Amino acid sequence: MMKVNQLAKHQNHNQSSTATQKISTYLTLIVLIVMALAVAALLLAITAYATDVVAAGVLAIIGLIALVLSGFMLYQFRRQTVQLKIEIPKVMTTIECTKCGGKTIREFQRGDYVYKELEPCQKCPETKQMITAIYKEVKEKEKTYEV
Amino acid sequence: MFTPPNTDQLVPTGGGDLLSQIVSWAFYAIFIIFIFYGQRIQMYIMVREVENSLHKLKYIKDEGRKITIEAIKEIGKPTTDPSPRVDRYLEYFTITPQSMDPAGIVAKLDHLLDVRDYRLKEEVKLMAPSAANDEVQTNNLENTLEAAMALNFIYKVVRHYYIQGKKTLSLYVIMQLQMILPMVMKEAEAYASALKAFAYGQPIGDGAGPLVAAKLMHGYPTRKLPKNCIMATVPLEGRTALIIKAEGPGGNVGKPGDAVEAVIEENEGKIGCLIMIDAGLKLEGEMVGEVAEGVGAAIGGPGVDQYKIEEKLTKYRIPNYAVIVKEDIGDAVSPMRKEINDAVDKVIERVKAVMVERTKEGDKVIIVGVGNSIGVGQ
Repeated sequence: MMKVNQLAKHQNHNQSSTATQKISTYLTLIVLIVMALAVAALLLAITAYATDVVAAGVLAIIGLIALVLSGFMLYQFRRQTVQLKIEIPKVMTTIECTKCGGKTIREFQRGDYVYKELEPCQKCPETKQMITAIYKEVKEKEKTYEV
Repeated sequence: MFTPPNTDQLVPTGGGDLLSQIVSWAFYAIFIIFIFYGQRIQMYIMVREVENSLHKLKYIKDEGRKITIEAIKEIGKPTTDPSPRVDRYLEYFTITPQSMDPAGIVAKLDHLLDVRDYRLKEEVKLMAPSAANDEVQTNNLENTLEAAMALNFIYKVVRHYYIQGKKTLSLYVIMQLQMILPMVMKEAEAYASALKAFAYGQPIGDGAGPLVAAKLMHGYPTRKLPKNCIMATVPLEGRTALIIKAEGPGGNVGKPGDAVEAVIEENEGKIGCLIMIDAGLKLEGEMVGEVAEGVGAAIGGPGVDQYKIEEKLTKYRIPNYAVIVKEDIGDAVSPMRKEINDAVDKVIERVKAVMVERTKEGDKVIIVGVGNSIGVGQ
């Protein structure tokens, strides 16, 4: 019974996430249509300019507003999808030989911890290597304020 | 003779040009709409902003749950699906003791936290039977579950105020929520990145204190102290340093209050000074990994350990110094940044300087590395 409930819950979850995706695609489609219409209005404005300046002006304003708004909407969608990610930072492990001081840096592996003894050093086989540091490097520079 | 006023003088509409007239009327329409519906429009914008953040929070919360379940399945090898148990645990709560008569509240809170910790550990052992005998893995899974619980709680609180604001159409409820959202989101993102760190057993920013203690005690024999702490006796600058940290490399903060109490009592209060090293919250504009020095008990949490340490220090009149490594909340719970790791040597220099300046040769000095020992051995 519990399993059935769980399955139902999972299905609901999947359905809701697909629904969100559908709405998002639907909205994107509308925005793209509006954008196409805006471009068409601008083209019409160019052709109407020679005969009717007022109509050309109105069409140009409508076209520009629609183009800007749809562009903004698309940008917002993109920002939203970019934001919906959990960033997993790259964590590095520094391994040192306590005798010769030889240093190796590799990506973190499950089970690593600071001061864990590892396999012997290649240069000095009688000495075990040791993890001396585990850290992540933050690439992007923080914005500084000159105050 | 009376002449009716020209409407163009009353409401200038830009002359006879059709385009100018349209623009002018549009301007008036917008002006009138904003007079009557300005606040409502502002509210809808805010609601939209909160809604976006809420979607993101939901995503983070669901990912947190997923990561926790995956970690339990991978490490604990349970025979049944741990999801229902995890879901049940995500809703767990702790009722703080009644504070109308505050006398004795610390002991009550201490007991309550012990019960909570014990219960959580037992739950993890049931969820992950293969890790039941491995203290390190149990502690790491416990920390992962706690991070998922925190995310679940944040999401629920934000959702509560969002729905309340929408139901009552109260600008002020929504406004308050929208104002604190950047800070809430920062915290949620920090917990999200902490999830993987806890699941994999990576050192976190809060482990700056234990990392310093580990570097000082490495190579010396250690012994266990009350409530998951360990101690090593190390000769340092002509003094005897009694170095304490939470036992690693599993995710564990121990109870430094009990450990310090025990060591002071063992030495009958004959301690030159107590130096505490911890991660301290930085203010905006300060650099991550900056080292600062001060006095007092550098320890966070609910305050039980701080109280115990202060009681003992006051009883024996022992001076208390603190060295902190500055970082923000995001750095404290996510994998340790290089700047924090690099600050360890600077902290050791400061500690040595404090010992030399503030104690006599031959004195005993307690040095406590406060924080989570995840990923930090000894």
